[in-house]
Amino acid sequence: MRRFILIAVPYLWLAALFLIPFVIVLKISLSDVALARPPYMPQLDFAAGWDGFKSFFAALDFENFWFLTTDDLYWKAYLSSLRIALTSTVMTLLVGYPIAYAMARAAPEWRPTLLMLVILPFWTSFLIRVYAWMGILSNEGLLNQFLLWLGVINEPLTILNTNTAVYIGIVYTYLPFMILPIYSALERLDDSLLEAAEDLGCSRLSAFWLVTIPLSKNGIIAGCFLVFIPVIGEFVIPSLLGGSGTLMIGKVLWEEFFSNRDWPVASAVAVILLLILVIPIILFQRNEQKQREAEG
Amino acid sequence: MSQTVFAPWENPTEKPLIQFKNVTKRFGDFTAIDDLTQDIFAREFFALLGPSGCGKTTMMRMLAGFEAPTQGQIFIAGQDMAKIPPNKRAVNMMFQSYALFPHLSVWENIAFGLKREGKDKDTIAARVEEMLRLTRLSKFAKRKPHQISGGQRQRVALARSLAKAPKLLLLDEPLGALDKKLRQDTQFELMDIQEKTGTTFVIVTHDQEEAMTVASRVAVMDEGQIIQVATPAQIYEAPNSVYVADFIGDVNIISGRAKPNGEKVATQWAEGQPDIIGTTATKFDAGQEIHFAIRPEKVAISTEEPQDAANRVRGRVLDIAYLGNISTYHVELPTGHVIKAQTANTRRLSRRQITWEDPVWLSWTDTAGVLLER
Repeated sequence: MRRFILIAVPYLWLAALFLIPFVIVLKISLSDVALARPPYMPQLDFAAGWDGFKSFFAALDFENFWFLTTDDLYWKAYLSSLRIALTSTVMTLLVGYPIAYAMARAAPEWRPTLLMLVILPFWTSFLIRVYAWMGILSNEGLLNQFLLWLGVINEPLTILNTNTAVYIGIVYTYLPFMILPIYSALERLDDSLLEAAEDLGCSRLSAFWLVTIPLSKNGIIAGCFLVFIPVIGEFVIPSLLGGSGTLMIGKVLWEEFFSNRDWPVASAVAVILLLILVIPIILFQRNEQKQREAEG
Repeated sequence: MSQTVFAPWENPTEKPLIQFKNVTKRFGDFTAIDDLTQDIFAREFFALLGPSGCGKTTMMRMLAGFEAPTQGQIFIAGQDMAKIPPNKRAVNMMFQSYALFPHLSVWENIAFGLKREGKDKDTIAARVEEMLRLTRLSKFAKRKPHQISGGQRQRVALARSLAKAPKLLLLDEPLGALDKKLRQDTQFELMDIQEKTGTTFVIVTHDQEEAMTVASRVAVMDEGQIIQVATPAQIYEAPNSVYVADFIGDVNIISGRAKPNGEKVATQWAEGQPDIIGTTATKFDAGQEIHFAIRPEKVAISTEEPQDAANRVRGRVLDIAYLGNISTYHVELPTGHVIKAQTANTRRLSRRQITWEDPVWLSWTDTAGVLLER
């Protein structure tokens, strides 16, 4: 009995916070838009009994999913989201790896401080930090003023409201998620392995490629997924820093929901997004499991 | 035809493979190696023995190239090693932690160094197979390091460091992680492999038994200096100092004043006790402070007064340590000195005639002990 309760707790958690909301969203995605409150049909009428159930299920259809294929906005938005997520993941990796490496190589008494500095931005609101980037990147912003003062440029650069600003925002925001798993992999790396590699004829650089990189592989994979998965559905960064040219599915979803008040189509977009995300999430889980097995 | 004894260090025309010349190594304020000069010859099995922090590991790391001497020079095969990085030295090291690459199989671990040399595939494969056979690991070639036992891991580490056929193999506490039985087997295996491959081995250890078993010469170190370098037998039988005598094996030390008398030296060590008579090649001045060192197994214990012994003292049994094959008796003399005497247990325990509190006689010949200045 005790064991059953222990197992039941996480499943109840999962059901309450994931399964039930998902079923609700799925149901809305199969409904039709209506000028009502809530703005979709049909509603389940318990008073009508069994007939109510039958008419309810009869009214559900895949019309909204079909609609998504008729307008190329949607698949373009999905593709663009994937591309932006992929590119920014690679960029976050390129920025994050050297930081994690430097942290792991730092003197042990410095490491807690460095770790603290990486986590510190979380202490202020995410929104405020993104707004701060607007102040930095705008035409009259700090960055342009600084570059003009240096004389590197004569005209202010247009960065805000472009994809560049979106990339900067994403890399900045998600950097800790990349640094932390890589750091934890690198910190466990035994220095004598690098010495052994050098002893067996490796230069410093080839020892890095043949030993350090493969041994931090799991950290790299974990970090990439932790960035890639949330960035696909990212809404705040593209809508605040991106321009009209920045097409991301999170933004499309928001507009369907709040501007068009078309909840069923917005829900269909969300369901497809979830299906797309399931693949990397499963891969991520498999990586974690493999790592645990290798250590166990 | 008589077999020649392997002792290149006694041949003045022999060129040493490794030369330490006035090497000093400091880490900040700490002097790890203090003005050390030492030759090591080809095909030697040279052991660096000492307590932790004595500088033995630093010496080895300087040979591998992981540390550079603060002062002085190190030569390997006549070449100054100062500017040569670890990956350009014909030296390989077997690490204390084994440092096997966890992401590579046993086969790939052994092939790692060969691949860096850019050898062709067939040569590498042949060499790896040879190493696997030598270390009896052929069955485990496909396994990852975490899938094999500690003893097997240790053999992989050895195979990997031998694969490139280095001029010099460094072993850093190679058997530290193994249990006693496995350690003893592996020691003989190491000696066997050293003989087969003809490689020069330098081993770092704090285990004196291990050093005595495997080494052609042992260097006893303390505080960054080599105190004595000699064959295991010489180190044991003729230590040059109280430190060495005490570090290697069990010993009784009795301090006193020298009273030279020709070849023999008498040691005055306590009021009302007969002087200890010993033989020595070193000259001692009359009245000089002197330490008489004697191994417990060279002290005889008996209930009757022995008639023909050069030295004999009376005492009382304080303690008996029964070790199965031998027993060590701790005997307290009237002066308060406690002398250890060891005898082989040739009779069954129940027939033992000496027990606690018994008055006994200890005796030894005039050549049994050594006389030391310091």
